[in-house]
Amino acid sequence: MSLSLLTAEFHVERDEIRCIACQVCVRQCANDVHVYDPDDDRVYSDETRCVGCHRCATLCPTRALTIRCTPQEFRANANWSPSIITSVFKQAETGGVLLTGMGCDQPYPIYFDHILLNAAQVTNPSIDPLREPMELRTFIGRKPEQVGVVQDRDNMRLETRLAPQLVLETPILFSAMSYGSISYNACLSLARAAKECGILYNTGEGGLHPTLYEYGPYTIAQVASGRFGVHRAYLETAAALEIKIGQGAKPGIGGHLPGEKVSEDVSRTRMIPQGTDALSPAPHHDIYSIEDLRQLIYALKEATNYTKPVGVKVAAVHHIAPIASGIARAGADYIAIDGLRGGTGAAPTVIRNNVGIPIEMAIAAVDERLRQEGIRNQVSLIAAGSIRSSADVVKAIALGADAVYIGTAALVAMGCHLCQKCYTGKCNWGIATQDPYLTKRLNPNIGARRLVNLLRAWSLEIKEMLGGMGINAIESLRGNRDHLRGVGLNEVELRVLGIKAAGES
Amino acid sequence: MCGLIGIMDTSGRCFSGHDIVVGISNMEERGNGLGAGFAVYGCYPQYADCYAFHVMYTRPDSRSQVEAFLREHFTWVHAEEVPHQPVTDLPNPPLIWRYFLQLPDSAHLSFQTKGRVPFDEAECVVDRVMRVNTAGLGAYIYSSGKDVGVFKGVGHPQQIAEYFGLEEYSGYLWTAHTRFPTNTPGWWGGAHPFGLLNWTVVHNGEISSYGTNRRYLEMMGYHCTMQTDTEVIAYAADFLMRRQGLPVEIAVRVMAAPLWDEIARMDPEEQALMRALRQVYGPLLINGPFTVIIARQGEMIGLTDRIRLRPLTAAIHGDRLYLASEEAPIRLICPQPERVWTPVGGEPIIGRLGESPREEAVWCVESSLYTCVS
Ligand code: SF4
Ligand code: SF4
Repeated sequence: MSLSLLTAEFHVERDEIRCIACQVCVRQCANDVHVYDPDDDRVYSDETRCVGCHRCATLCPTRALTIRCTPQEFRANANWSPSIITSVFKQAETGGVLLTGMGCDQPYPIYFDHILLNAAQVTNPSIDPLREPMELRTFIGRKPEQVGVVQDRDNMRLETRLAPQLVLETPILFSAMSYGSISYNACLSLARAAKECGILYNTGEGGLHPTLYEYGPYTIAQVASGRFGVHRAYLETAAALEIKIGQGAKPGIGGHLPGEKVSEDVSRTRMIPQGTDALSPAPHHDIYSIEDLRQLIYALKEATNYTKPVGVKVAAVHHIAPIASGIARAGADYIAIDGLRGGTGAAPTVIRNNVGIPIEMAIAAVDERLRQEGIRNQVSLIAAGSIRSSADVVKAIALGADAVYIGTAALVAMGCHLCQKCYTGKCNWGIATQDPYLTKRLNPNIGARRLVNLLRAWSLEIKEMLGGMGINAIESLRGNRDHLRGVGLNEVELRVLGIKAAGES
Repeated sequence: MCGLIGIMDTSGRCFSGHDIVVGISNMEERGNGLGAGFAVYGCYPQYADCYAFHVMYTRPDSRSQVEAFLREHFTWVHAEEVPHQPVTDLPNPPLIWRYFLQLPDSAHLSFQTKGRVPFDEAECVVDRVMRVNTAGLGAYIYSSGKDVGVFKGVGHPQQIAEYFGLEEYSGYLWTAHTRFPTNTPGWWGGAHPFGLLNWTVVHNGEISSYGTNRRYLEMMGYHCTMQTDTEVIAYAADFLMRRQGLPVEIAVRVMAAPLWDEIARMDPEEQALMRALRQVYGPLLINGPFTVIIARQGEMIGLTDRIRLRPLTAAIHGDRLYLASEEAPIRLICPQPERVWTPVGGEPIIGRLGESPREEAVWCVESSLYTCVS
C-alpha cells in the first residue's frame, strides 16, 4: 500500500501532569486512538484515528484530555478548502464513494436563524403560561371538509366520523431511526420517552423488535423500499404507518446498512440473513408514479382496516410543492418533509451536501401550495431536517407545519456528539452501533429520562413563546406567518417564506 | 381599547338610533375619534327583499366602473347617495352610495360554483362583493345584507351619528362601536361594524391568531381587504354558520373553544363533538383578547375570548337585551334593568327574535362551568 497523504483531523492533547494512566480512554475509544505502554506506564495517542467524539475527554477522571481541531494548516485557499483537498486524497486512495453520517454540515443559510418571532406589547396582553392554560395538543391526520352535527332536543351530537388521528401532547415526534442504524438501547429510550411524553417515535425501516411491541400505541412503523421487517403484526401493532419515499440527507438514493451492523438480533427484526448488507433500493420497486403511491397507501389502509393514519415521508427537493400536493391527493393522512440538513446513519457525502432544499423553504412552499389548492386541511404536515431548538419548532409551525420530527436533537440528548461517523458502527456513545461492548454504554433508563427532559424543556419554552405572542393554543400559531419577520433575507427569500422583513408592520 | 354596545328588541319592535348613540357616546375613554360606526337591522323595510349594498368610494372616478359591474350582475331596484349632513371637524368623508339590488334568476348561469353545486345565492353575492373589494378600485362594499345598514367612518360616535342622521333610522337591533385603533390606520373602511351579507361584527381586542384565521379563510374563498382583524370574525361567522350550516351554539364553540381540560370533564358524546370541532376548525379559534357582538337578522350574539381578557356586560329589561363593554352606558339608557350580569369567558349571550331574552346561556357545555353571575 502506498503512503496515505491524509493527516490527522484532530489533535489529542493529554496533560501529562494530570494523567494518572488509568486507561479509561484506552478502553472507551473504539477507534483505538489511545494506547497504553506498560513499559513506560504512559498512555500515547494515535490521533489519525480520532473522530472527535469527545468520549475520552468526557470520561477522563482527571480531565487530562482536550481534543482540538488539528493545528496543521494547509496553505490558505478560499477555493480549495482542507475538506475538499482531503476528499480528493481519500478518493484517490480508495476509488470509492465517500460516506458520512448525520446531516449536511455545509454553510448554507440556515433560515431559522434569519427569522425572528413576535411578542405582544400593550395593545394585546401577553399570556403567562404559569398562570393561564397553554395548550400544545396536536392532532395528526386527515380532517374532513365539514363537521356534521345532529340536533336532537337540547342535545347535539357529532355526526361525522373523522379519519383516524394521532394525538401528540406536544407538537414533536421522534424521527425515523431504525434498529440497525441505532442500537436497541437507543430504540428503547426513544420508545419509553415517547410513551411518557404522549408523542410517537418512528421505527425507520428497521422493523420492530419483539420487545418493543408494548410501545405500539406510540409507534409509527415505516414501510420503506427494502420492506425490511414488514409483516402483519408489525402493521397491526403500530399507531400509524409511514411510507418512506425519501430522506433529506440522501434524496433520490436508497439506504445501506453495512453487514457489520446486521447482528443476529437485527437480522431477525429485519428478516434478512445475519451479516449481509441491508440494501434499500432507491425507488420502491412498486412505485413509479403517484398512482402507484396511491395504491400502496390504500393497500396499507386496507391491511389495517382504515384504523390508522398512513403518512408519506419525502425529501425536500426543488418541486416539493406539487409533489406534496400529489401525495395529499393520493390519500396520505400526513406528509413528512425532510429538509436538506436532515440526518442519516450513512449517506454518500456528495449527496448529503449537495441535494435538496432547506426545510424552512420547503414547508413554506408546501403549506402555501396546499392552501392555494384548498386542501391544506385535508392533510397534516410534519417538518423534519434539523430542528435544533424549541424556537425552530415554533418557527416551523408558524411557517405552516402541524408538528416536527426531531432525530439528531434526540440523539444529541442521548449523548451523540455529532462526530458524523455513524456509518462505521463504532459509535463510542453506544448509539449508532450494534457492538455489545459499546451499546451497553447507553442505559435506556437514562436515555429515556434525558429525552423526556428535553421534550419537557422545549414544551415549556414553546409555551413561553406562545404566551409572549398572546396565543394560548398551538392551533393559533399554525401557519401564522404574521408572527414571523425575516432579517438579512432578500426579497425572493422573504416571498418564498411568505414573511415580512423586520421593521415592516 | 375599544367600546361596543348592542341593543336588541326581541319582540321585533323598532326603535330609533337615539339610545344607541347615547350609549356609545358615554364610553368616551374607549375611543379616540379615529373610528366609530353603527349597524341597524330592520332599517330598510321598503326594500326588505333587496341586498342593500353600502359602497365607499375612496376614488370617486371608480363609481361608474362599480355601477357597471353591479348592473351587469344584479337587478337594479334603487340607488342613491347615502344621505348625510355637514358636521364640523369631520375630515374628508368619502363618497358613499347605497344600492338596493336583487339577484336575477339568471345568476346561476353566470356564476361559476367551483364545483359547489347546487347554486347558492349567498355564495354568489359573497363572490361578487369580494370581486369588487379586491379589484383595486378603491371601492369597498362594506354592508351587503338585506334590511340592514352599516354606517361608519373616522370620527367620534356622535359625529358619525350626526353625519348620517341616525336618529331618523329605526330598527329592532342596533350595534355600535367606538374605536381606538392600534394595529391599523384609522380609515373609513376600517371602522366597525364590519359587514358581510347579513352579518355585522363589532369587536374590541386584537386577534393574535389573525394570520392563522386569515389564511384559513382565504383558502375558503374569503379575502381580507379592510386592513382590520375584525373582518375575520365576520367571515368566520359566515363560514361556520352559513356555509357549514352549524348552529350558533356550535360556531361560538369554534371561535372560543373550550379548553382541553374542560373537554375532558364532559360526557363522552360532548367530548367527541368538541374534540372534532377543535380538530377540524382549529384554524378558526379566535385567540387573543376579544369581545365581539355578532349580529344577523333576528339574532345578536355577544362573546368574549375563552379567558375573558376583554369586558362584556349583559342586561335584560322586558324584551330588550343589552350588551356593552361597560355597565354605565346600559344604565344611562335603561336605568333600572331587570337583570345585569357579567358573562363568563367564552360563554355566548344570544338574543333571538321571538324569544324572550334569558340570562343563562342558551346552551351550556357544562352547567357548573357556565353558571352566570347575577
Ligand atoms: S482517561 Fe485521562 S487520566 Fe486516564 S489514561 Fe486517559 S488521559 Fe490519562
Ligand atoms: S450517533 Fe455516534 S457515531 Fe453518530 S454522530 Fe453521534 S456520536 Fe458520532
